[in-house]
Amino acid sequence: MEIRSAVPLGQYVPRDSALHRLDPRTKILAVTVMSVALFLTGSFAGLGAVALALVALLAVGRIPLGFATRGLRPLAMLLALTVVLNSFFTGGEGTTPVVTLGPLVATAEGLRAGALAAGRLLLLVTLASLLTFTTSSVELADGIAWLVRPLRRVGVPGHELAMMTTIALRFVPTLLEETERILKAQLARGAEFGQGPLLRRAHALVPVIVPLLLSAFRRSEELALAMEARCYTAGAPRTRMRELRWRPADAVAGALVVAGAVLLVRFR
Amino acid sequence: MAEPLIACQEVHYTYLRGTPMEAPALRGVSLQIARGECVAILGPTGSGKSTLIQHFNGLLRPTAGRVLVAGQDLWAPRADRRAARRLVGLVFQFPEYQLFAETVEQDVAFGPRNLGWAPEAVAEAVDEALRLVGLAPERFAGRSPFALSGGEMRRVALAGVLAMRPAVLVLDEPTAGLDGQGRHEIRRILRDVHRRGQTVVLVTHHMDDVAELAQRVVVLRDGTVALAGAVGEVFAREDALRQLGLDLPVAARVTRRLRALGVPVADALTLQDARRAIRTALRGTGRGDP
Repeated sequence: MEIRSAVPLGQYVPRDSALHRLDPRTKILAVTVMSVALFLTGSFAGLGAVALALVALLAVGRIPLGFATRGLRPLAMLLALTVVLNSFFTGGEGTTPVVTLGPLVATAEGLRAGALAAGRLLLLVTLASLLTFTTSSVELADGIAWLVRPLRRVGVPGHELAMMTTIALRFVPTLLEETERILKAQLARGAEFGQGPLLRRAHALVPVIVPLLLSAFRRSEELALAMEARCYTAGAPRTRMRELRWRPADAVAGALVVAGAVLLVRFR
Repeated sequence: MAEPLIACQEVHYTYLRGTPMEAPALRGVSLQIARGECVAILGPTGSGKSTLIQHFNGLLRPTAGRVLVAGQDLWAPRADRRAARRLVGLVFQFPEYQLFAETVEQDVAFGPRNLGWAPEAVAEAVDEALRLVGLAPERFAGRSPFALSGGEMRRVALAGVLAMRPAVLVLDEPTAGLDGQGRHEIRRILRDVHRRGQTVVLVTHHMDDVAELAQRVVVLRDGTVALAGAVGEVFAREDALRQLGLDLPVAARVTRRLRALGVPVADALTLQDARRAIRTALRGTGRGDP
């Protein structure tokens, strides 16, 4: 039983590729721009083009396609629900009924809207995974810190936000490992998970959640102590070990993304 | 030899298989553990010890090879892995971090209850397990496990597995992070468990644990068995051990050093044996009082 291999979503895949080498700020901005464009586009052709581009980018980032699609599996239910709900709840004048289930009528227009929404969702998640696959948590946090810097003027504590993001991201794999360990320990004591009625299933998780919370608190206390022992002061002026630097590749990538987004929105 | 309790046949295991981060941890490990034995599994960090023992009760599925518990292939189509988990009690590293219940009694009862035992049988098993780990039920049963000392918490967690009366107790670093007194206490418990006829398998970095408890040693390196044999045999191969980054028990280091200095001391592995050997040697040379 391995939780980490079951949840490739949001995992960093250390590789040496053009995508990995891009500045994290470029990647974050690109994902933001593309997400907006995805919402503004309404054609299947547009979504198809983005899908093709994403497959190509996964290849550039040397992320196996199978690994990326495995992370999408948990979405299947949500996507199916999106299609079904949309198709049954889009009605009114000028709609074409396809299936009738008693008082419920699925329309062709609804089906189309549902498929579009599901496709959008799928692409958005893949897009975001592409960012996390190719960007380490530290880089991500550095990028976010830089991007929220202008907000300092209006009183947003940029540095603290960045530090919190770094720490949160840093502890995702640690807590996953911890969960796996506790799950196994309780399995070894004859526990059963994911069986029986919902209430019993929830109850069965108590022996996992209590130790997990305790461990999270213990870790955070240790971390706070370690940071204080190193005289950490939030917001203190400091130099960095890794300076973020724009490179020519970032300009090229940025231009490509903006061009793609404009095309997507123009030809919706 | 009768049918081994646990048998691993050419077990391979790769972490994160099918992802870009896959990492092989076991590369063809074969070993057998007989009923009533006490076996120590040694090896440097990352050699696959913890991965290996998680195969003993079917928590991990070998990517290749077979694991048999009491003759049953754990991954045969209709294998009863829950039965194997009843037979093989696995105590993880720092088991005190898995405590969750409001009282010591409830926590220790978790395993037996999961096995579906009657309330009286559960109560009896809890009582027996707490006594075995040296925590008097009248004093500890009603207390919160989180109000205990680190060593006591570890013993509660140990009792939680012992209460299921496993045929074999498998422990990952049972004495890690404890002080001398705590280590001594855990060793005493394991010796008692072994004396009662239960099989014990322990993963450890402490050579003194090995010398005091184990009869047989299996040394892993890079996911394969690098060295295996009776305790005396393995510790006799000092150079091979050192190459694997392993040390000798204190007693062996002292007696061998003395011999190198010209004192005719017999080889010893445990402190008790060392004391006896040194006394005998002193008497022989007429240099000390007996």
